[in-house]
Amino acid sequence: MHLAQLNVARMLAPKDSPELAGFIAGLEPVNAISDSAPGFVWRLKGGDGPTDTVQHDHGDMLLINFSVWESREALWDFVYRTVHLDYLRRRREWFERMAEPYSVMWWIPAGHIPALDEGMARLERLRAHGPTPDAFTFKDFHEPPLPEAGGREVATAEAGDGAGVLTEKLLVTYEGMEPE
Amino acid sequence: MLRDPVRRALYEYVVAQGHEVGRDEAARAAGVGRTLAAFHLDKLVEAGLLVSGFRHLTGRTGPGSGRPAKVYRRSAVEHQVTVPPRDYRTLALVLAEAVDVLGGEDAAQGAARRVGERAKAGDLREALTERGYAPYDEGGVTRLRNCPFHVLAEERPVLVCSLNLALCQGLLAAVGEREVTARIDPRPGECCVSFSKNNDH
Repeated sequence: MHLAQLNVARMLAPKDSPELAGFIAGLEPVNAISDSAPGFVWRLKGGDGPTDTVQHDHGDMLLINFSVWESREALWDFVYRTVHLDYLRRRREWFERMAEPYSVMWWIPAGHIPALDEGMARLERLRAHGPTPDAFTFKDFHEPPLPEAGGREVATAEAGDGAGVLTEKLLVTYEGMEPE
Repeated sequence: MLRDPVRRALYEYVVAQGHEVGRDEAARAAGVGRTLAAFHLDKLVEAGLLVSGFRHLTGRTGPGSGRPAKVYRRSAVEHQVTVPPRDYRTLALVLAEAVDVLGGEDAAQGAARRVGERAKAGDLREALTERGYAPYDEGGVTRLRNCPFHVLAEERPVLVCSLNLALCQGLLAAVGEREVTARIDPRPGECCVSFSKNNDH
């Protein structure tokens, strides 16, 4: 199983404003560290440019990071044990304080590339129900489910009246096994 | 366990190294014989303060390379002894949560800096060593092998590392070191702060 993570941040000023310049300048070096980090699997890119950010329809002021890692330790070491930590430390210079959860993790089968809607649904799920094995955080971490015979429905993620299509049914199958 | 000065010297030497330490090396560092060093090192392993393993220290392997040597390194297990019992950890977590709820990161960093500024030490190295950071030099940069706030830093990394940086900046001011800058520079298994000469990075 691989660990998917999504986090959102609401900018205090437009992306091309002087207020955000310090953050935007960090995108290229920090993305380079992420992409070559041990245990990095995938991240959603906004384009080929070094400062392109994930494209979405949740408003111009929202930034989204969406990536997949081999383990909790791999993600932890990138987030907190590289220079990325310094951007977290300075986050109030660029982003609004959020009262609700802004970061979510969940397990996916290795090889699965998750869609952005899937990630946003997990965040909605965390916000609605608190941490569960289907949507959790570093602080309330859940280990991956143990493999069982055949396919297994692990989650039905639902969301209320938020933007986008946020209702889905996820079917997890394990390598070498046929889905039901 | 660490009251014996030889044992303490051996422990402090082993945990300050970035590599596994053999009996000969530890004995030389502590200025004692190999047999006495081995006795104390194994006592430290029994107590869980060090862990041991076997390694070919010559770099040679296979037939003819001889028996692997016993080597020692710091145990990852954390030991905290206070008599009578005290629990500062729980209180620190309560206060950290309060800082979050109040959005008081700036005030907390200001407080951390002031605590650092009140330190009494001859120089930066001494100030860091006294506080358990286990400083070492790497290419002109002072790095810190141990995070004194490790458990809290695992629970609340952003807050605790921010406070640690502010504390270290306060220490710099306390020892009158103006040529050196503290910055966030984390590595897995080490402290999040390093110190380098100004305009040198």
